[in-house]
Amino acid sequence: MTAAGDERMWTARLRRRAVSALPPEQLLPDRQPAYVSSWIYVFGVLSLASLLVVLVTGVVLALAGPQWYHVSGTGRFVNSLHLWSVELFFFTMVIHLWGKFFMAAWRGRRALTWVTGAVAFLGSIGTAFTGYLVQSNFDSQWIAGEAKDGLNSVGIGAFFNVLNYGQMLLFHVVLLPLVLGVLIVWHVLLVRRRGVVPPYEQAAAAQAGTAGGHRADAESTVDSTVPVGQKQEVAG
Amino acid sequence: MPDHRGVLAALIPMDSPGPYLHWGVIQISVANLVVIVLMLLVFVLALFLRFPGRHDDGSQR
Repeated sequence: MTAAGDERMWTARLRRRAVSALPPEQLLPDRQPAYVSSWIYVFGVLSLASLLVVLVTGVVLALAGPQWYHVSGTGRFVNSLHLWSVELFFFTMVIHLWGKFFMAAWRGRRALTWVTGAVAFLGSIGTAFTGYLVQSNFDSQWIAGEAKDGLNSVGIGAFFNVLNYGQMLLFHVVLLPLVLGVLIVWHVLLVRRRGVVPPYEQAAAAQAGTAGGHRADAESTVDSTVPVGQKQEVAG
Repeated sequence: MPDHRGVLAALIPMDSPGPYLHWGVIQISVANLVVIVLMLLVFVLALFLRFPGRHDDGSQR
């Protein structure tokens, strides 16, 4: 039960802004537009599933330490799970990237969705790279030696030292996962907020139906004005 | 328990550096090339394979 004047409190104002920015029915919709029924749309969520395995196995590795994951059978298994889930993460993420690039997924006020995804991809490369550096074996030592020359040659070697094991370990298990986590949560929230980008034909049809409307507006209204769950014709 | 690593090692030489392909200034390991070709293959399949539950009229179940 709320008292008079409660709606002017900062908690109520913050709540209204949060619900307005991220309506619950958009965050967790019951239905999606029909054009989402295509295999090319599953690679984003496959990337997220792979990332979840990466995070869980990474936490287990961090808790148990290299004396466990380099020596015991179970430890080496979890270590391999961490590696192969990263391989799968990149495999699915690259296909997701190709798909969205050829769909021009930045259409319809989705530029920030595209940018956060692209930056998350670059951040993932850095996170995976520091993972190779902290394997604590001769392989990581060789990679660090080669990378030092490469990074110095492009002028960014002054900002961090890939031969500094402690620094690279903290980059890998704290700094970069935090940055990546923020970027990916932001990216997913934007996908939910703006909706999945419609096919070109459907956006063009919507544009034709929007008399005098701006193209970007037509593309953004294809799925935002159609109630979630309403069936749509698949273009093509 | 059978040693699966022995079987794998007989198929793939695991104690020597992986093979590389050279083409002018471009060089790429066969392992990386295989992954890239697989990604391209999966990408093309994702474009053309029918999604389960999809109807010709575009409606969903």
